[in-house]
Parts: sequence; structure tokens; C-alpha cells
Amino acid sequence: MLWDWSYAFEILPILAQASLVTVQATLLGFVLALILGLVFALLRMARAPWIALPVSAFVEFIRSTPLLIQIFFLYFVFPEFGVSLDAFTAGVIALGLHYGTYCAEVYRAGLDNVPRGQWEASTALNLSPFHTFRDIIIPQAIPPVVPALGNYFVALFKETPLLSAIAVLELMQQAKILGSTTFRYIEPITLVGLFFLVFSLVAAALIRMVERRLNRIGAR
Amino acid sequence: MTQPMVKFDKVTKRYGALTVLDSLDLEIMPGEKVAVIGPSGSGKTTVLRMLMTLEKINDGVIWVDGEPLTHMQKNGGMVPADAAHLRRMRGKIGMVFQHFNLFPHMSALKNCMEAPVTVLKLSKEEARARAVELLEMVGLGDKLDHYPSQLSGGQQQRVAIARALAMRPKVMLFDEVTSALDPELVGEVLNVIRRLGAELDLTMLMVTHQMGFAREFADRVCFFYGGKIAEQGPPEQIFGQAQNERTRQFLSACLEAI
Repeated sequence: MLWDWSYAFEILPILAQASLVTVQATLLGFVLALILGLVFALLRMARAPWIALPVSAFVEFIRSTPLLIQIFFLYFVFPEFGVSLDAFTAGVIALGLHYGTYCAEVYRAGLDNVPRGQWEASTALNLSPFHTFRDIIIPQAIPPVVPALGNYFVALFKETPLLSAIAVLELMQQAKILGSTTFRYIEPITLVGLFFLVFSLVAAALIRMVERRLNRIGAR
Repeated sequence: MTQPMVKFDKVTKRYGALTVLDSLDLEIMPGEKVAVIGPSGSGKTTVLRMLMTLEKINDGVIWVDGEPLTHMQKNGGMVPADAAHLRRMRGKIGMVFQHFNLFPHMSALKNCMEAPVTVLKLSKEEARARAVELLEMVGLGDKLDHYPSQLSGGQQQRVAIARALAMRPKVMLFDEVTSALDPELVGEVLNVIRRLGAELDLTMLMVTHQMGFAREFADRVCFFYGGKIAEQGPPEQIFGQAQNERTRQFLSACLEAI
């Protein structure tokens, strides 16, 4: 038989261990993406062109180049400039940066959707730009775009195997190592696929839950 | 002699080639209640929006409470106001909008506490006490924890009035505050404005289509036409014996609509 159950059960704990690294990279990368995305989105709204233009250019640049190259750049090229990052850190930063630029677009859509009257009321009440954003605009801009952000969460998660290219010991890298030592690829690679399937379904369910909660708040 | 609370000195506002306000002169004394009427596109809402610093002016100077609003004095000359100057001056002015513009994610109480806490740096307790007092004054003491979506249009507009008053402005601007309301809700909002007029020492400038209210409430009525004040005077004069042909046409058109 092609599929060896005993081998599959033997490697399951090893892969489960590696899946923790995948989950960590996903969560850290996404938190970074959420923060950077908001920063990018806000900077692009800046009235001063010397802020908005370079940020827009940078965002376009990151969006238009492959994530794999950015990972390599951070890991192999940055040390040339004296910035040495371990593989995991470089991978998380690359994921966060890359998806941050996508999140920036999502945030922008949310920010654009806040009615102009909300800005005017904030001005009329003399709120500072900081308080206007923190208390008035952002709380209204984010709930409608949570589903779109959730999509990027799942997308980022599914891109974490790219980190195996710089030898981060996540699921894919572990599976490749197992395969190359035993010359059996079917079990490790299939199991990795299943891990991703299960985690994606769980993540999608979580996002739906968050959406429902936000809708309840929004319906008040 | 007392100085005017608000003074427009040859103020011009253009959108591209279109001149919305043409060298406007207007003085409003402290405590005076001025109603602004006129056909749409006559520039009347722009007057309020410029005073609230929501629109920049192209020419002239606006003064509030003896100080320039749109400019600041520097080295004996006048330069356009910077952000800090605008923030200081804006504190003297409050505005109520046609579409309320309440913060939908905050309760009525929180709507009225936000700016006093973050801008005036009041403590939560002080801001809350002030907000409760004002919401009671506008007849919404039992709706403190309601969100805007749970309130009728008239109630929302009354929250918006309380929210503006919580900043203790000297000048209150009302921009067609009853235009978006169902007819049966107009009265409750006008009653609140009447009460403010009677109880608070406020200078009020209101753009309105409620001719009956303007006649009964205002000290002075300004009729805007084509970016200028075509005619102004006490309500009895404007509504009783208008001199200007445009004013008479406008008012008779308004009467026909009733």
C-alpha cells in the first residue's frame, strides 16, 4: 500500500511540534500586519505630500514584489548592511510587512467609508486629530472591514510555508526534512496539507464569530 | 460700546470660478439671535461653515469675540491662522448640523462627554455631570444610555444640541437643524432652541427654513441672495414690509409651500 499508517502516526507529533512555529509566525506576522497596515493607511492620508507620496510608493513597491524575494532580502541581504536577523524574525517581519501593505488598502476603504459629517462634528467639537482618529474615525472604520482583514489572515497563514526557504523549522520545512531522511514524502506532505486545512477552517470560524459580535455592536 | 461677538469683514468665498459669498459684511452682537434665510445656493450655510472653520475663506477676515478667527496678529500684520490658533478660537463656537452627525458608536451620554474629557480635560465625573444636566435640559434625561440608532430624529438632534453646549461655546450655529426631521418632530427641537434662547447667554446664528420660528425667535433676519445679504432687519420688517423685491418673492414662495 502506498500510504503507511504507522509512519504517519510516527511523524504526527513531530509535525504537531512544527505546527506551533507555523501558528506563532502567523499570529505574530498578522499582528505586525495589522499595526503596519494602519500606520501605512494613516500616513497615506497625510496632507503633506512629502509624507504621503513616499509611503504610497513604498506600499506599491512591497505589493508589487513577491513575498519570497522580500523574505530572502531580509534574511540574506540585510546582514550586508549590518542588520542580522534570525530566520524566524526575518520571516515574521517579511510576512507582516507584505500583508501590512494589503491591510493598508483595507483600512483605507474603511476610513473612506466614514461619513464626512463625522469629521466635521469632530472639528466642531474641537477634537485634536489624534482624538478624532482614536475615538471617532477608527472605531467606525474598522468593524466593516473585519471580514476583509480576516481573509488576509487566512491568506498570510497559507503563505507561511515560504519561510521554509530560509530554513525556519515550520510545518513545511519539517515535512521536507522528514521526507529527505526517509524518502517518504506522501505522508508528511499530506499531513501538512491537512494541518493547513484544519487550521484554516478554525480560523474562518473564528473570524465569523468576531464578525457576528461586531454586527451585534453595530446594530445597537 | 460693546464690540460684536462675530464680525465678517469683507469675506469672500469662492469654489473655483463660482463666488459663493461676495465681500460679506456682517456683525452680530453678544446675545443676539440672527436668522439667516434665503434660497438654496445663496451662500447661507457657507457662512456658518466658515465660522466653524470647516471652510477656508478666500478673502477678508472673520472676527470672533474681539479676536481674528481666520487670521492671527503677528508683527503688527495679519497672517493666516495656524492650527493652534484655530483650535483656541474654535472653542468659542459650537455647531449643530442638519444631519445631526452624532457619533453612532457612542451612547447619548458618551456623545456629550467625549469632547469635554479629551479637549477641556474635565474629569469623567465632571463631564458626566455636565452631560446629564444638558441632556435633562433638552428633555432626554431618560435616554442617557441610548445609542443614536435607538433615538428618533428629533431626539438625536436634541442630543446634538446638548453635545455642542457641553463645550460651553459663546456662539451657537444651527445649520438647518430641522430640515432632515419628520414634520411632527420639528416642534420639540425648536422648543429646545427657544429654551436656550431664554435661559442661556448665547449668541445664536441659525440658517433656517422655518419662517414662523425665525419671525418669532430672531432679533434680526438676514435674507441672503446671490452671495450677499440682500436685505436685513427686525423680523417684523422682513416678514411684514420687505423693501427688496427678491425678499418679497422668496417669502411669498415660502408661503405658497405651506
